[in-house]
Amino acid sequence: MTQVKNASVAAVPVHETERKWWHFFTFSTDHKVIGIQYIVTSFIFYLIGGSLATAIRTELATPAPDFVTPEVYNSLLTLHGTVMIFLWIVPAGAGLANYLIPLMIGARDMAFPKLNAVAFWMIPPAGLMLVLSFFLEAPQSGWTSYPPLSLMTGKVGEGIWIFSLLISGTSSILGAINFFVTILKMRVPSMGIHQMPLFCWAMLSTSGLILIGTPVLAGALILLAFDLLAGTAFFNPTGGGDPVVYQHMFWFYSHPAVYIMVLPLFGAISDILPVHARKPIFGYKAIAYSSIAISFLGLIVWAHHMFTSGTPAWLRMFFMITTMVIAVPTGIKVFGWLATIWGGKISLNSAMVFAMGFIAVFVIGGISGVMLAAVPFDIHVHDTYFVVAHLHYVLFGGSVFGIYAAIYHWFPKMTGRMMNEPLGIIHFVLTFIGMNLTFLPMHQLGLLGMNRRIAFYDPRFTSLNQLVTLGSYILAVSTFPFLFNAVWSWLKGKPAADNPWRALTLEWQTSSPPMIENFEVLPVLTTGPYDYGMTHKSTEAGSEPGTPVLSGSPSA
Amino acid sequence: MLAGIALTLVSLWYGKNHGLMPIEASNDAALVDGLFDSMMTVSMGIFLLVEGVLVICLIKFRRKPGDETDGPAIEGNIPLEIVWTAIPAVIVLVIGVYSFDIYNQMGGFDPEAAGDPGVVQVAMMPGNGATQMIETPVKHRGHNHMALGIGASPGNADHPADLTVDVLGMQYAWIFTYPVSGVTAGELHVPVNKDIRVNLEAKDVIHAFWLPEFRLKQDVIPGQGAELRFVPTRVGEYPIICAELCGPYHGGMNSRLYVQTQEDYDLWLQSQVASQADGSQTVAAADETPDAHLLAAYAEQVGIDAQDLDQLHAHHSQVHSL
Repeated sequence: MTQVKNASVAAVPVHETERKWWHFFTFSTDHKVIGIQYIVTSFIFYLIGGSLATAIRTELATPAPDFVTPEVYNSLLTLHGTVMIFLWIVPAGAGLANYLIPLMIGARDMAFPKLNAVAFWMIPPAGLMLVLSFFLEAPQSGWTSYPPLSLMTGKVGEGIWIFSLLISGTSSILGAINFFVTILKMRVPSMGIHQMPLFCWAMLSTSGLILIGTPVLAGALILLAFDLLAGTAFFNPTGGGDPVVYQHMFWFYSHPAVYIMVLPLFGAISDILPVHARKPIFGYKAIAYSSIAISFLGLIVWAHHMFTSGTPAWLRMFFMITTMVIAVPTGIKVFGWLATIWGGKISLNSAMVFAMGFIAVFVIGGISGVMLAAVPFDIHVHDTYFVVAHLHYVLFGGSVFGIYAAIYHWFPKMTGRMMNEPLGIIHFVLTFIGMNLTFLPMHQLGLLGMNRRIAFYDPRFTSLNQLVTLGSYILAVSTFPFLFNAVWSWLKGKPAADNPWRALTLEWQTSSPPMIENFEVLPVLTTGPYDYGMTHKSTEAGSEPGTPVLSGSPSA
Repeated sequence: MLAGIALTLVSLWYGKNHGLMPIEASNDAALVDGLFDSMMTVSMGIFLLVEGVLVICLIKFRRKPGDETDGPAIEGNIPLEIVWTAIPAVIVLVIGVYSFDIYNQMGGFDPEAAGDPGVVQVAMMPGNGATQMIETPVKHRGHNHMALGIGASPGNADHPADLTVDVLGMQYAWIFTYPVSGVTAGELHVPVNKDIRVNLEAKDVIHAFWLPEFRLKQDVIPGQGAELRFVPTRVGEYPIICAELCGPYHGGMNSRLYVQTQEDYDLWLQSQVASQADGSQTVAAADETPDAHLLAAYAEQVGIDAQDLDQLHAHHSQVHSL
């Protein structure tokens, strides 16, 4: 598929005229195929990461190390963290972005389709390498891989871990370049930057973070690889190296990584809520620019992961303030979302309950995040289960709930079939209960004195841990209704109309699933993305290509 | 309005009665808990507000079956948006200033520990009984300026600590040396209501020295000294926990902290001096120690010979019967 330079060109030459199932297993350059490839692949890794988590919780059901050895336990937690971050949430966000961005902005494909395919096909080998390392000599030093421990245990696995991350990081950078250029350069001419769906704003911010942060991680990993394989001492204190420098470089990427994981879903939620509440998004510009603000602030908060490390007092104070300030743009989003659904006409379908559930649990992670930013308090709970609880409220309650909401919302567009609603609601209820049962008691465990990353623990924490393990089993079970629903609906589900949710953004103004070149005739904006309840005659874009009727921007 | 008052009252009550923190056993603990209680009050208010709005939407703003019309076309409200930008900004500013103040009261800005490059710190080692092991961090601190942690609270900053203990972290044990008396122990004994300073040093990998009941933690990085200074306020026995992943048996890298009256502490110190004069040595390792052969492998790394190891096992089974 060729790059579309001029949006007025109606037809572009294509290799394929009809989508076949086996296209999904090829080096396809169609962004829709690549998007689904990303989402399905990352979901498979989610199942692997989830199995690892279930094994971790089984071990922690009792205080003694009886289910696995402590060495295996450390491999489990290392792989769980790495798989969930680098092979599930980050690529799942990239998958959604690949599928949605060109459709949302009225383009026929991404700016660099081949690069796009290359970026995707780096994920499976990186992931397989990492998972296979489990059967050789797995990495055991956590997903943070702090030297000097990472230079001493599980060295074979550590090497594989480094190279796996370098590959998936490269994939992430290639994807980000594509999103950036596509969003800025390939919108239909009638779409100004303030008529873009908020998902595009979120991806713009995410791409910026990836492009600035990931190379620094790559630098840290390459130096770590030298220490590991060539015996240099960049970070190894026995040769005069400084482990704290690694921590700075690692977190310079890995804190923004949290926003890389959650911003795309902020965007998705901003697009899902107005559709199912039948109201315009509340404060479009505030939500759009808060993504940019989060992205900028996200780059200057990394050392809050190091408040108990080798950091001087002034640095602790500086990063405390910057970290707390991030609560402001995040608060703008949360309150904007609440005001969006307030007074609306809410359809409680699976996409909407996951979107509202997202707000309900994410806010807990946001609040505990501000608490953790306070240095005196963080000194007590750093590296405890309080932090484990916080990060899972952000990354499970935020990202995973967001991904589920997005899948339920865009599944009809992607497959041309509706998902089963009762199964979706069962899935939500199980996930919501399981999530809170798993992660809420962890706050108390951490405050009371349970440190993280331990295979065996003080017996006084047994009952709370058993509650947590029970919750994690519910979470594990909650995946089955979803899996069955997705597979069955894809094959046999009720055929979906082109626009089953009566949404206004452009991806809904074409067929379901979209034709290979996305739009028969490139659409012209006749309405803003969230103009619900406004008196527009037609919501069908592209029907009158000769008359570019622009609606006013939905500004506040 | 009524809901607002109820929300405020519930938040205030919860902030004081959450019961989530362990016992307060040092002067720092009381400070940190004051901060935590305030944050819990504000957090509870925000939490109830957000969840309350969600529940009301869930009940009140459901679409009626057959109603295909849209909701009101409200695209924003600038004054409202300013309010919900300004209120969180003010809240975080207040929490930030409050935290800053607490950090200062805890001793975070003590130039000894704050990493201020203007201060040379070599002069601080009291006594001459320090072993080679202990002198290393001091030397590092001289040129590195990264000796870090929580120093003396402002009231105590002008005089040295009443008691200094050198702490060495290694896979998977803490070893405590009392430089003045030359005692080496596997557990930490300190007198109550005295100004205590611990100098932290790691032998192999990064460890973190955590006293949950004191709300204090500091990573111990090989080659970089660190310190913590605190005043224990409550007699009792508390856990000492390694909080930074340091290997497979990280979970077992625990020790005990005994806060004793001055008399009990003196008795303990004398018994240690006497027993160590006999040539015996006490080294305690991890709780729930792994099997002997496994420990032997690590013992070799850390330079403990077989005889010490036997003593360690005897000591261990006697002290920790978990």
